[in-house]
Amino acid sequence: MAEKLMKYADATKKYDVVFGLETHVELCTKTKLFCPAEVSFGGEPNTQLTPVSLGLPGSLPVVNKTAVDYAIKLGLALHCEINEWSQFARKNYFYPDMPRDYQISQYDKPTNGNGYLDVELEDGTVFRVPIERAHIEDDAGKNTHVGGADGRIEGADHSLVDYNRAGVPLIEIVTKPIEGAGDRAPEIAGAYMRAIRDIVRALGISHARMEQGNMRADVNVSLRPSADAPYGTRSETKNVNSFRGIEKTIQYEIRRQAARLDEGKEILQETRHWDESTQTTAGGRVKSDADDYRYFPDPDLVMLHITKEHIAEMEAQMPEMPRERRNRLKSEWGLTDLQMRDILNADALDLIEETVKAGAKAAGARKWWLGELSREANAKGVSLEELPITPADVAEVEKLIAAGKLNDKLAKQTVVGVLAGEGTPDEVVKKHGYKIVEDSGAIEKAVDDALAANPDVAEKLKSGNMKPMGVIIGAVMKATRGQADAKAVTKIVMGKIKA
Amino acid sequence: MTNEATNELVKLSAAEQAAKIKAGEVSSRELVDAHLAVIEAAEPSIKAFLKVSADVAREQADAFDNKSADEKAALPELAGVPIAIKDMIVTKGIETTAASKILEGWVPPYDATVIEKLKAAGMPILGKTNLDEFAQGSSTEHSAYQTTHNPWDTERVPGGSGGGSASAVAAFEAPLALGTDTGGSIRQPGALTGTVGVKPTYGGVSRYGAIAMASSLDQIGPVSRTVLDSALLQEIIGGNDRRDSTSIPEGPRPMAAAAREGAKRDLKGMKVGLVKELGGDGYQPGVEARFNEAVKKLEEMGAEIVEVSCPHFEYALGAYYIIMPSEVSSNLARYDGMRYGLRVMPPAGVPQTAANMMAYTREAGFGDEVKRRIILGTYALSAGYYDAWYGSAQKVRTLIIRDFHNAFEKADVLVSPTSPSTAFKFGEKMNDPLAMYMNDIATIPANLAGVPAMSIPAGLSDDGLPTGIQFIAPQQRDEVMYKPAAALEAALEEDWNGPIWKDLKAPWLDSLAK
Amino acid sequence: MPTFTREEIEHLGDLARIALTDEEITRLQGELNVIADSINKVQEVAGDDVPPTANPVPLEAYMRPDVPATPLTQAETLAGGPKTEAGMFVAPRILGSEE
Repeated sequence: MAEKLMKYADATKKYDVVFGLETHVELCTKTKLFCPAEVSFGGEPNTQLTPVSLGLPGSLPVVNKTAVDYAIKLGLALHCEINEWSQFARKNYFYPDMPRDYQISQYDKPTNGNGYLDVELEDGTVFRVPIERAHIEDDAGKNTHVGGADGRIEGADHSLVDYNRAGVPLIEIVTKPIEGAGDRAPEIAGAYMRAIRDIVRALGISHARMEQGNMRADVNVSLRPSADAPYGTRSETKNVNSFRGIEKTIQYEIRRQAARLDEGKEILQETRHWDESTQTTAGGRVKSDADDYRYFPDPDLVMLHITKEHIAEMEAQMPEMPRERRNRLKSEWGLTDLQMRDILNADALDLIEETVKAGAKAAGARKWWLGELSREANAKGVSLEELPITPADVAEVEKLIAAGKLNDKLAKQTVVGVLAGEGTPDEVVKKHGYKIVEDSGAIEKAVDDALAANPDVAEKLKSGNMKPMGVIIGAVMKATRGQADAKAVTKIVMGKIKA
Repeated sequence: MTNEATNELVKLSAAEQAAKIKAGEVSSRELVDAHLAVIEAAEPSIKAFLKVSADVAREQADAFDNKSADEKAALPELAGVPIAIKDMIVTKGIETTAASKILEGWVPPYDATVIEKLKAAGMPILGKTNLDEFAQGSSTEHSAYQTTHNPWDTERVPGGSGGGSASAVAAFEAPLALGTDTGGSIRQPGALTGTVGVKPTYGGVSRYGAIAMASSLDQIGPVSRTVLDSALLQEIIGGNDRRDSTSIPEGPRPMAAAAREGAKRDLKGMKVGLVKELGGDGYQPGVEARFNEAVKKLEEMGAEIVEVSCPHFEYALGAYYIIMPSEVSSNLARYDGMRYGLRVMPPAGVPQTAANMMAYTREAGFGDEVKRRIILGTYALSAGYYDAWYGSAQKVRTLIIRDFHNAFEKADVLVSPTSPSTAFKFGEKMNDPLAMYMNDIATIPANLAGVPAMSIPAGLSDDGLPTGIQFIAPQQRDEVMYKPAAALEAALEEDWNGPIWKDLKAPWLDSLAK
Repeated sequence: MPTFTREEIEHLGDLARIALTDEEITRLQGELNVIADSINKVQEVAGDDVPPTANPVPLEAYMRPDVPATPLTQAETLAGGPKTEAGMFVAPRILGSEE
């Protein structure tokens, strides 16, 4: 049943928006949070388990130091207070994909509390998102639903459970209620999520690929009549796994809730789901005391002590943060805001920076990655990173151009060769014998031949009609197998017709 | 081997059996066969074992016997001596059930750390012993499979939850056994069967592979017929384990040395504390009498007897019955019909969902006592009651730790009767949970505080049944209790003209001798 | 002092995923009220000034190095499963209350 929606502009004018995000980030440790089973994706089902991650009787959890290191780094990046003592608690609930039927998470003593993240919006405005906590927890297994439509849980006959993912470490970053966003709430949410993705990638603690579920968010939205009124009842939309989906969810919830409030209807405190196909959220379970998780300190895990030395050690390993890095590169490369945004939108910042590091000029590197290579990636439906060409290859091509060994056309052909798997740019050049013909004698001869073969064109040129110049250039190129420089050919032709 | 020889052999202590192996008088295989013969003869009346792993034991014994002299010399003193394992401890390839229907048929793919250590020590595993389901009970009557009988009077319970291990050792079916002790499950059956049972310092023995009942209280420990045997066994199973986050980094204490020192019966300079709150009312007269005599013996050997007060012990039972079921409710959640063990689908007319499958599996798979504790624990942890219940109980725990701390300022070791009564008859307390819980009144404080404690025989009560005396030492100082315990054992055995079991009528051994 | 009602015990049964019978609910109600009475006094001494103890031996967590170990084989993992299919464990349908 379609729900009534209010126009977005009206809804945000009439009501004050409060929203919050609970972002789950899957860490890229080698092993699981509480046992040494290797974490890798795409393996045979139920082959990445020890007695601990399978929840066998008698097994006990032991925390992975790297997961703690990663949590500390994220805490530092989010300006959190890193608690000297944190504690793992059990969150008790039954579900077929939970090997112990409780999740080990952090409850009242998380590793990271009370931080913030400054998020830069499209127009350059900086919005500060307050962070409540960032805590460590373990993931559950995966259900495949059988017998229903499209593998959905609704209408399924039964489910198949693969526990490989069980025990993979997650960090859940919980914002405080975000106020004052107004009609920019969806934009801020999207920018915040992208900023989190950039940070965890910069830290090297997660692959953060939303489409693969490395990152997902629960989105809370509530409305109130004015900014000084108490918070309204919120809805919680679970497991939204795309940036666009998060923005749309907030937009949709604002419109839906505003329409209900306008009609004097109650907002239910419920969990909802974002449906990508209909671009709507659908109501799920109403929160009740069935969500009594009976948290208590996990007696199998003693207190986690994070020393000042440990924090200092992690601090020393912190890379430059994405926002600072972007600002630095923008000025180093002399880019405008718009140019920088294009790079970010194309997800090409790292590639361009590496290309520059490999010896290319920023302008050249940008031209390749945003031009030819972006088109190629789009055509193939892959990301730039997935193209079979490295920043070093691109830099090599740029060097050949700078050295006058390739012209634009040959450079493009060289890149095509690299993409086709013919080898490095050098190898491609050698293989095809690409080189700019510098012997002006050979070009002159080709020009003479071309003019002789096309007397009508030669006449037109002589009479000052330059339109058919291309015919001559084309013929010369053909004769020299593309290795002549178009400008040089034009110059020679001009000399000859004037003579 | 003749039946007479078998009879002689199995009555030896584990250390004596080990000495015979060293002297070349007997092989590990012969010891295993001797105990398997007793098991065969005794089990119809004792029912201590849920599973006898005869083939595994023989194989392990042969492997030990085939080792070179040098290899054998590198092993611990008890090498080659067989042992029985409470079925609460997982054994790779040997069915492990925790005496519950919900785990029927489960064959673990891994060994508990203590089992790895026993295997490394060349100690053959005779089988898995009976217990109250998931170690919940004080009589072993709550086993889903069978009732274990007390060798001293087969009409009576052996105590619990480790009644199987205690009875097996008391009946000479095994020289040694492992138990688990959450509120007294090693010590109370020890007292009721005239055996020695030790709960080490919490974290002194790895819990990896011990099926969890209440994680902050559970501890694996030795069951034996002598103090020295327990000391030797605890040194083998103890020590740090990186697979258990609650394991103490330091290695095991010098317990065997302390036991041997104690056998010299000189306790001069040692202060023995009588816990005021663990004496007086509520004890069977015979239990109290044997306890008082034992204290007198300690004094005669030079110990100074002091009275200490632990005022918060009166809250221990209450705190225990909040913390224990809370942890039980969570630890036993995993038995849901998904990955191992029993699965029961809902009856017709009830939606055939995963949630209902779990609910009907757990209804069918758990016994009454387990369900009682899960429901109680679920309540104690649920929203709105956490602070009043679980929170308060954790505070009482702090107070009890402080009580012990103060007591150990005045005394080196504390003593009390282990259990208020001798073995009771089957069914006597089954329908009165509170009466059953009172069995553990003296043993529970040590679990709450994580301190080591042990029970040794204090003699026979007026009803001819064994009683126990409990020694309690400070945290991580387990050796401290071994010395006076060994001293008392030696002194009492002199009085009795032999070990307590010389008075045990064991008709199954007679039948073996015929 | 808590008093257990029938509804409360039914609710606890739901939370604990145990399909208690009516008879069990009746019996548990009686037993739990007795037990609750006897353990209720822990609150008397639990003052605000007393810190709680979660674990009796004061330890801080050992942090394991991030090094993989050999996992269970799929056969070992599935061996105990009451119902398996295609290398996975079978769960009855997760949603649905209609029959």
